[in-house]
Amino acid sequence: MAGDPEQGVQGGNDVATVPDVLTPLNISADTPALRVMGVAKTFREKDPDTGRWRPVPAVAGLDLDVPRGEILGILGPNGSGKSTLIRLVATLLLVDEGRVEVFGFDVERHRMLVRRLINRVSVEASFFKKLTAAENLAYATGLYGVPNRVAQVRAREILERLGLPAKKLIVPLEQLSRGQQQKVAIARALLTSPTLMLLDEPTTGLDPKSRREVQEFVLEVRATHDATIVISTHDMDEADRICDRVAIINAGQFAAIDRSDRLKARYGGHAGTMEQVFFTLIGEQLGEADQEEGRA
Amino acid sequence: MASTDVPAARRRPLSTLERELRGVWALVRRNFHLIRRYLGWEIVFLFYNVVNTLTIGLIGLALPAGAARNREVVYLAIGALLWNFLSILFQEVSNSVQWERWEGTIEYSFMAPIHRLTYLLGVCVWAVLYGLVRTLVVLVGVALFFHVSIARADLAGAGLVLLASSVPFIGLGLVAAILPLLSTERGAQATQVIQGVLLLISGVYYPVAVLPGWISWASVLSPATYTLEYVRSAVLNGASVSAVLPISGMLLLWGLVLIPVGLGLFMLAERHALRVGALKRNG
Repeated sequence: MAGDPEQGVQGGNDVATVPDVLTPLNISADTPALRVMGVAKTFREKDPDTGRWRPVPAVAGLDLDVPRGEILGILGPNGSGKSTLIRLVATLLLVDEGRVEVFGFDVERHRMLVRRLINRVSVEASFFKKLTAAENLAYATGLYGVPNRVAQVRAREILERLGLPAKKLIVPLEQLSRGQQQKVAIARALLTSPTLMLLDEPTTGLDPKSRREVQEFVLEVRATHDATIVISTHDMDEADRICDRVAIINAGQFAAIDRSDRLKARYGGHAGTMEQVFFTLIGEQLGEADQEEGRA
Repeated sequence: MASTDVPAARRRPLSTLERELRGVWALVRRNFHLIRRYLGWEIVFLFYNVVNTLTIGLIGLALPAGAARNREVVYLAIGALLWNFLSILFQEVSNSVQWERWEGTIEYSFMAPIHRLTYLLGVCVWAVLYGLVRTLVVLVGVALFFHVSIARADLAGAGLVLLASSVPFIGLGLVAAILPLLSTERGAQATQVIQGVLLLISGVYYPVAVLPGWISWASVLSPATYTLEYVRSAVLNGASVSAVLPISGMLLLWGLVLIPVGLGLFMLAERHALRVGALKRNG
């Protein structure tokens, strides 16, 4: 590499315009926003019976290319590796094998640069609960170099767009509902102008109206911010509705990656639904799942 | 792969510095807001600090009236005040990681594009400011309660030693901050153990000479031992700036070694956490 790309990205400091962080890096148009190559990650956990540590593969041999501007959905059962994959991309885990690149930059070798290009919303809206939304956002965006004055103005715009009144910005987070907290989490991610947004079950636990508002907003972000979005979800309709492609992950491996209409045509059976695609690919039948649910 | 031309921003190194400084300020401001939100607890802690310091000073008042009593009260009060300041410094640095782990925000803080040194610098700047303010409040309480003379004191000398000793204590705090990074629950417990050992061996309320032989050697390893000895020397015997300059330089040097060591160990611990997935709240 000629020069140090770690120095090359500016934070978003402008209310009216979305800063172009990719142009200064001279990234070619055909460079995927995300490239996952043969990635494997194994954790260790204590066996409750023997008390001994045992390896637990979380993801194994994942390969994935996400073109710039795409919304990729990741569908999978609990423990299938969705969150591990997102954490690997988010520089919150080290890969055991393989390589992850964001806009051509290795997430481990160019960690600081990649961190300026991404942000993440997790299923848990993690905040300092006693602080207000405004105070939490001031802290989070301050770490990205975004001036607080700018962050607060943009936060109001984003939260109002998400259906959260501006007055909620001065309420401690612990007094907001889970859906409202999740909207603040989305604002937190967007305020740093990421070009790759990693959404880890962002709509889990939200009421239908809030879920729809978030989904609409995700589409709007892609359209207006030139952002690429990777979203993990349990919601089949959500994946079908907003994602350009859907990756079905099971036991740490992709079972299929394609457009939802193609997945439905191939794996959807007579029902032709994403739900049937899901059960076909993870090797369970709807009936069995219903019975399991009934027992639970 | 992305093209690798030198980006435009490389010609503006100030913006990187500005970004990092904003990161430091974000941490200081966050901690200030947290203090405001837990104001009730702050008042309770402060009240306890004042009362605890007064109680320790009162032990000296048990002596017969005279110069020795005056000296003993000041001796004990200095120990209590300094320990108050140094333990705040130590706790604020090490608890910062602990707090983030409990709130679940640590993944977001560590995912931010600031250098780890910047993050820890923000925590340390806050710790020094907060420690000074709290200690000053306790000092006012002590001054109002005990009418003892410190006419011989060289406050500039005492201040210099105190300032220099902050640096190694920040380094120790960085080392202690590793523990909650590795383990949410046990890390906090281990931090308390480190602080307890420092309290025992540093001669906070007694000369280190009274320590039993099997442990007295450890007192030379604690920066607090020298801080206490030389601040007392400045306040009780009027040791001047020039007299405490060598020990202040040594404390500073100690800190300049401990801080990079602490930072290096912290980054190793962070790498371990990234490898095993320990940043996650339940990880």
